[in-house]
Amino acid sequence: MTATEERPATEIGASRRRKEDARLITGRTRWTDNIVLPGLQHIAMVRSPFAHARITSIDAEAAKAASGVVAVITGADIADEQGALPNAWAIIPDQKAPVHPSMAVDHVAFAGEIVAMVIARTAAEANDAADLVDVDYEELEPALELKAAARDEVIAHPDLGTNVSAVWSYDSAESGTGGDVEAAIAAARDGGIVIEEEFRQQRLIPAFMEPRSIVVDPTTEQMTVWSATQVPHFVKIFIALVLGIPESKVRVIAPDVGGGFGGKLQFTPEEVLTVIAARRTGKPCKYTETRSESLMAAHHGRDQWQQVTLAANADGTVTGLKVELIADMGAYLGLVTSAIPLLGAFMYNGIYKFPAYHIGITNVFTNKTWTDAYRGAGRPEATYAIERLMDELAARVGVDALEIRERNWIKHEEFPFSTVSGLRYDSGNYEAATAKARELFGYDDLRAEQRKRRESGDPVQLGIGVSTFTEMCGLAPSRWLGSMGYVGGGWEHAAVRMLPTGKVEVVTGTSPHGQGHETAWSQLVADRLGVAFEDVEVLHGDTQVAVRGLDTYGSRSLAVGGMAVLAAADKVIEKAKPIAAQLLEANADDLDFSGGRYGVRGTDAGMTMAELAFAVFQGHKLDGSAEGCLDADATLDPDDFSFPHGTHLCAVEVDTETGATKIRSYVCVDDVGVVVNPMIVEGQVHGGIAQGIAQALFEEALHDDSGTLVTGSFDQYTLPAAPDLPTFETARTETPATTNQLGVKGVGEAGTIASTPAVVNAIVDALRPLGVTDVPMPCTPYRVWTAIQKSASQEGSRS
Amino acid sequence: MIPVAFEYFAPATVDEALGLLREHSDAKVLAGGQSLMPALRLRLAAPEVIVDIQKIDDLRGVRDDGDALVIGAMTPHSTVESDPLVAEHARLIALATATVGDPQIRHRGTFGGSLAHADPAADLPVVAVALDASFVIAGPDGRRTVPASEFFQGVFSTALGEDELLVEVRVPKYTGWGAHYEKFNRVAQGWSIVSVAAAVRLDGDSIAEARVGLGNMGSTPVRATAVEAALVGQPATADAVREAAARAADGTSPVSDINGDADYRRHLATVLTRRAVLAAAGTA
Ligand SMILES: Cc1cc2nc3c(=O)[nH]c(=O)nc-3n(C[C@H](O)[C@H](O)[C@H](O)COP(=O)(O)OP(=O)(O)OC[C@H]3O[C@@H](n4cnc5c(N)ncnc54)[C@H](O)[C@@H]3O)c2cc1C
Repeated sequence: MTATEERPATEIGASRRRKEDARLITGRTRWTDNIVLPGLQHIAMVRSPFAHARITSIDAEAAKAASGVVAVITGADIADEQGALPNAWAIIPDQKAPVHPSMAVDHVAFAGEIVAMVIARTAAEANDAADLVDVDYEELEPALELKAAARDEVIAHPDLGTNVSAVWSYDSAESGTGGDVEAAIAAARDGGIVIEEEFRQQRLIPAFMEPRSIVVDPTTEQMTVWSATQVPHFVKIFIALVLGIPESKVRVIAPDVGGGFGGKLQFTPEEVLTVIAARRTGKPCKYTETRSESLMAAHHGRDQWQQVTLAANADGTVTGLKVELIADMGAYLGLVTSAIPLLGAFMYNGIYKFPAYHIGITNVFTNKTWTDAYRGAGRPEATYAIERLMDELAARVGVDALEIRERNWIKHEEFPFSTVSGLRYDSGNYEAATAKARELFGYDDLRAEQRKRRESGDPVQLGIGVSTFTEMCGLAPSRWLGSMGYVGGGWEHAAVRMLPTGKVEVVTGTSPHGQGHETAWSQLVADRLGVAFEDVEVLHGDTQVAVRGLDTYGSRSLAVGGMAVLAAADKVIEKAKPIAAQLLEANADDLDFSGGRYGVRGTDAGMTMAELAFAVFQGHKLDGSAEGCLDADATLDPDDFSFPHGTHLCAVEVDTETGATKIRSYVCVDDVGVVVNPMIVEGQVHGGIAQGIAQALFEEALHDDSGTLVTGSFDQYTLPAAPDLPTFETARTETPATTNQLGVKGVGEAGTIASTPAVVNAIVDALRPLGVTDVPMPCTPYRVWTAIQKSASQEGSRS
Repeated sequence: MIPVAFEYFAPATVDEALGLLREHSDAKVLAGGQSLMPALRLRLAAPEVIVDIQKIDDLRGVRDDGDALVIGAMTPHSTVESDPLVAEHARLIALATATVGDPQIRHRGTFGGSLAHADPAADLPVVAVALDASFVIAGPDGRRTVPASEFFQGVFSTALGEDELLVEVRVPKYTGWGAHYEKFNRVAQGWSIVSVAAAVRLDGDSIAEARVGLGNMGSTPVRATAVEAALVGQPATADAVREAAARAADGTSPVSDINGDADYRRHLATVLTRRAVLAAAGTA
């Protein structure tokens, strides 16, 4: 067959076009907001315009009387019914947190918090009536500035008495993973180098393309909840726990979901309230947020101050790193808000061999939108800090930025390597990735051009930024999560079903929202079972189908979920063996499985998986000695994390007259282990780099003095588009992970983690001769220009 | 993102439209909708009546009228951008129009809508001011013509009365002039932080006449008259232009916002003016 001849020798490694893209790109699919049910009612939320206030009264009479209105519900109406939203990660046993209601009852803690909802026959009527709900507030002073909040100057939740949720630390001397950092710093002050910096991780908004949307049908035996979420399995459990509905009476479906970036790794007030609305009215209800609501009320990301001290010998060998960080929780704790800084805590040492390390984390409440996971979640912050520091160290020692890294990184022959933060890196080859990146980038030529521009005083200066990184992917061994205070596990589940016609259904517990699991999992199974790629159908996101699962985040899907798929496929092959032996009248020991067929060694006799599936379906010839079913389930808990790494190089041109930065070239070499689909990997890297560049140059959520979000629309919240980004030159090295059967690592967050420091390092590198040593993010033209002016006036006052 | 309910009319003639505006006190004209629709959807505007002028064909198109070029208010940006008359006689307008938003917005949005909207950061008001365009306004008492310097009165505020319609814009011909539009923004689709529109007529190697307009340097676009005067008779060299451009921010009072404070904007105005004039003179 010609079709067979055109097939790649193995599916793994083939750049298959994504099966799901036609329907996703055209939108002809089940986005939650496309779902229409008979008698569907629509919800509009009334949200607080104030960051901090007491609700003194709500008059809903006019809204109730408005055209088409079915009900208006306030916090007081459902105070007992709504329960409290969960935080799943107490990073210390006595972590403090305010009760987190889905709808404020008498106190609002951020601008955008829901205070009432209107249920009406049409969305327009719900919107009109929401404008009629008259809420009286008594304004309270908001806690907005993070450092002041950490000092409890203004309290975000007066009942809590403090803004400090938790203080957590890790110390290598105490943990026995390294030396005493204070001693290292003291020693370095005497003849060595000590660099002290403070970095701001600005507040970001995940800004997924599809706004969040929920439809609830209470008329089915299992209440059906469609939600544009990354985590349908979480949502099911939490609906049960929070609202006291038996878990067996809830079905959650994440249909096609248009992006998340961590922003849909949440159990939301809107989900609870839509369920309540449907339950109370007995009819299906839909809520779809507007973009303005999404920017204001869906959880935000980052928002930390990092105070870092790096100690090194005079030759640039790092002897210790100390980190003190303050993290803004915003007004409440979401699912894993409290743990975001913690997920970074193990990554500050990056790819390096530091003998001593200390990190202290202070989690603080403010009267702003709550924060939680955003692409990279803790690791971009950590990578930014250490990679900015390594560039400063190179400048202090007077050596090249790549050279200083090489002096400190773990050599490839030193793996597996136990790090100063207590992780075990199984594999890596930083030399190889860096050498390749250096060559593709034309590093030496660019340095030569940079020298020339510096000498000629060109108003447009060239800067070269280096960033290396590694990250912990494949979230996560359940034992590790348990030891860190997380309530859930980190396993994943899959099922493989052989259909009578030879087609295969794969059920995965991961929940793709743009990552292409349907394609990649098809490739995995096609190879393993020897069936055609097109014959594999991947099912996900519906808790009635994907009964067990822990969903998609933390670059876990392939490394954990994909390996569960392979484990299930292996079980199918195992289950087929005695049946094949029986039907082929051969001894099981004489059977070999290859190319999707059990063959009797030394003969032409054999049966394909499709033939076996049909025989099992008929059951006519089975003697009952083996179960008449080829389907199999598998749950897989990873042994350890995987550690992708890479070297990213960025060249920028900075117009010193205007402060404008233009990225001239961007090269990255990532090592994500074995690659299942290069095109998908490329896509993840591209998107990740774009998002990381956006943090470096464009994005920032800003509030005014009263706590109102100033960047409340895409007019103000600056997202880059294609014309604002350069062509990315991507390449790979391939050092297989040793912690899973395929050697895969994870690529969902890599680009985001590496690109931010690469860009900022490049800007600072361009301006270093002018005396600039840092530019706060996002490095807008105004900020870059201001940094140049500031150092010019300092130079002036010095001379 | 659903507007407050409104009554909708789509007249076919200017007179019909004027009649509707007279009849309804709380009416808004809808042109390409690229500014008005977002305002309606965000409920920042909630007029009782919308008068959609899309169907008035007379308002669309570019024509030659002796010493002036006439651009109909409803001419979409995409037409203006590629119109041969505009390219020949007022290239600055084409250059600025090409920087507006993206192709979808330029197909919907209109020349007149952008001017009537009078956003201080928009691109067309600044070229209209630089080129000394005049605005033909139809109202209950017939037509009147207002010069650009009087048309723009403040942030989102113009000489247009509530019962008036902008019908066309007359632009003197700048045939043979060099032109350049410098738009400084953070992302390609972003609004100007500062913009400079420059048109220059050369006589041999020196500048015979110059027009320089500044965008987002105050509540309305302004002419950098000090720069224009200083340029006349000067050679189009980097040094001469730099010296003249140093006066670009004279007398301006730009806003301070997240994209820059007033000092930064003043500084940008001088840098961008120098670049725009040099590019317009072909000596950049
Ligand atoms: C995403 C986006 C990006 C954009 N980027 C830019 C940009 O970079 N630069 C830029 O300059 N603009 C930009 N715009 C605005 C765009 O140029 C609009 O087209 C323009 O501002 C309004 O023109 P319109 O025809 O759409 O008018 P409408 O939105 O229909 O009307 C705007 C206002 O003018 C009034 N009006 C319209 N026509 C008349 C008339 N003939 N008589 C009286 N009153 C009238 C309306 O009542 C309304 O108040 C952008 C818009 C969007 C949505």
